[in-house]
Amino acid sequence: MADPIEFDRMTCPTPLTEYEHVLLGHGSGGKLTADLIQRVFLPELGNDVLSRLEDQATVSIGPREQGNGRTGPRIAFTTDSFVVRPLFFPGGDIGRLAVHGTVNDLAVGGATPLFLSAAFILEEGLPMDDLRRIVASMRQACDEAGVQLVSGDTKVVDHGKGDQIFITTSGIGLVPEDVHLSITAARPGDQIILSGTLGDHGIAIMSVREGIEFETVLESDSASLNGLTRAMLAECPSIRCMRDPTRGGLSSALNELATASRIGVKLVEKAIPVRREVHAACEMLGLDPLYVANEGKLIAVVPSEDADRLLSAMRRHPLGRDAAVIGQVVSDHPGMVIMQSLIGGDRVVTMLAGEQLPRIC
Amino acid sequence: MNYQEEYRDPVPAKKLQQAIASVTTRPWTIMEVCGGQTHTIVKYGIDELLPPKVELVHGPGCPVCVTPLELIDKAVAIASRPDVIFCSFGDMLRVPGSRRDLFAVKAAGGDVRIVYSPLDCLKIAEKYPDRTVVFFAVGFETTSPPNAMAVWQAKKRGLKNFAVLVSHVLVPPAMTAILSSPNNRVQGFLGAGHVCTVMGFEEYEPLAERFGIPIVVTGFEPLDLLEGIYRCVCMLEEGRHGVDNQYARAVRREGNRPARNLVREVFEVTDRKWRGIGTIPQSGFRLRPEYAEFDAESRFSVQQLAVLESNECISGLILQGLRKPHQCPAFGKSCTPERPLGATMVSSEGACAAYYNYGRFRQAETVHASR
Repeated sequence: MADPIEFDRMTCPTPLTEYEHVLLGHGSGGKLTADLIQRVFLPELGNDVLSRLEDQATVSIGPREQGNGRTGPRIAFTTDSFVVRPLFFPGGDIGRLAVHGTVNDLAVGGATPLFLSAAFILEEGLPMDDLRRIVASMRQACDEAGVQLVSGDTKVVDHGKGDQIFITTSGIGLVPEDVHLSITAARPGDQIILSGTLGDHGIAIMSVREGIEFETVLESDSASLNGLTRAMLAECPSIRCMRDPTRGGLSSALNELATASRIGVKLVEKAIPVRREVHAACEMLGLDPLYVANEGKLIAVVPSEDADRLLSAMRRHPLGRDAAVIGQVVSDHPGMVIMQSLIGGDRVVTMLAGEQLPRIC
Repeated sequence: MNYQEEYRDPVPAKKLQQAIASVTTRPWTIMEVCGGQTHTIVKYGIDELLPPKVELVHGPGCPVCVTPLELIDKAVAIASRPDVIFCSFGDMLRVPGSRRDLFAVKAAGGDVRIVYSPLDCLKIAEKYPDRTVVFFAVGFETTSPPNAMAVWQAKKRGLKNFAVLVSHVLVPPAMTAILSSPNNRVQGFLGAGHVCTVMGFEEYEPLAERFGIPIVVTGFEPLDLLEGIYRCVCMLEEGRHGVDNQYARAVRREGNRPARNLVREVFEVTDRKWRGIGTIPQSGFRLRPEYAEFDAESRFSVQQLAVLESNECISGLILQGLRKPHQCPAFGKSCTPERPLGATMVSSEGACAAYYNYGRFRQAETVHASR
């Protein structure tokens, strides 16, 4: 061996700090997405409703009644685009997803979803049969959720300028007078309930894309949650907040909650339900289920004294069978999510930086 | 039995934790070489479970972190070519070169793809005969057999439109460099289990002998690490040196012979530059002359690309265990996983990213603030 190496003088380079183009990571639902919203969208478009950054906007329509300060009916309004590949996957397809996603964003705001619109961007050459299947499955999903698709638009782009089909759905729903859910409402002592197993959708999609096979077919959890949320609110009007952990997974949903409510979240790893297949796939691909997308799950924050009642009500519903208390709201470490690991040590669960990347080894 | 949960069981973990505490009488500094082990340690909070006398330092065993800047720049240059499909393991895409990372190349129109196996690149090459498929062959000994296999198969099949950008590094020379450093504090090593699955641990025996240290080949689950630490502390306390194998369910002394033979067929040992450390003699692989036609550096004439490294971060000190990530003034402030100043913050296996993601620095801050 030659002379000893002088480590102390060694340094690391300073790489790029700003991206000149939009990266895929800007759509990951993690920090890069939050950056985009804070730096590009809110400065131009921010207002008192948008800047709340809830999953849905809640606005009042009609004149404010004199004297008692009450407003007219409250409308929840939301929009979402769907760009999934492959278009058809175990447990669903882009059409069902486009209905469920928007219905769920309304439902977790406590609203009763009523009407949807759908805009289609079709790539020249998309097989007509595929389009028919997608549209039929949208109708079925609307029927199941009890919503009507009442407005639509279609554009076609040149071959190679789109990825077969992109769908944007918007939806409106009515918020019952006594329901006031908000991401800012969590209080220390509240319990956090997850409605079922984590990561099914993301891993189902990824296993098709990567050709990973399991003994049983892993299906996406794509589902409309408005039946579940209705049952939950009927049983337990004291629910503070609900979120559906889609892109960015549970970690983004809880970090947003911790920041907006200025509280800490304490999770217990062994309480979090994860399917064996999902767990195994995550191990193989070097991913973490806390960051994987879900399309038919929600988290609810509820005062401690009502948690058991809510949990029982959720477990009676088919979409809440595996519901579990996964942690609680604490006054320590505001803005942070901390998880007690299986062997007892603690770790901070941060938001995803960009895309979740498979590790080398 | 599913080979996961039984190695994450809190009951034996507690027993091992107590066993470590009861055998420890003096302060010891142990380095885990491999980034995967660093990841497990911080993910499960293992360092918190150890007695204060046992200090873990995180070694240079993250392939992403130690890949030198100019190689990233070469990758960026090659990936930017319209005639190239550039394939890589996922976490190399965010590693910054001197100006751009591969994500930025992709965003600007380059065909950059994430693959899970280098053999996938051969399928892509057969599908796109008019373009050259380049695989970024980075990693320690662990990833060298599949990378060697891809090159070997390409030659066998006569694939002309496939090449590899090789940046393979080796663990034993890095350990030697650390132990030879005048500032070395490391008294014992946890050997990198997956590296040894391929290479065995014969080559670590002379190292243990020469420097009089214990090396415990260790796995990646929480119980593996606790047991590896326990064995290492026992050897240190008893004043023994030598190689012990905690990861016997995967590692044999001679390693995986067919894999080693294949690696030897395709690669030869060469000097390599390590990001944050510098050139370490005989510390990496390059393609043998018989396989030179698959060398992307010569095919695309990027050998001469040279770049300057700046003086922002202290990852050189971190990679040899002289500093902890949160002791860097930039840590968590100007340097975060989204805006990394150094490679150790880029990869999820890097010590800084592991500290950041699993919150050591924030906890430290909280404690500090509450005082």
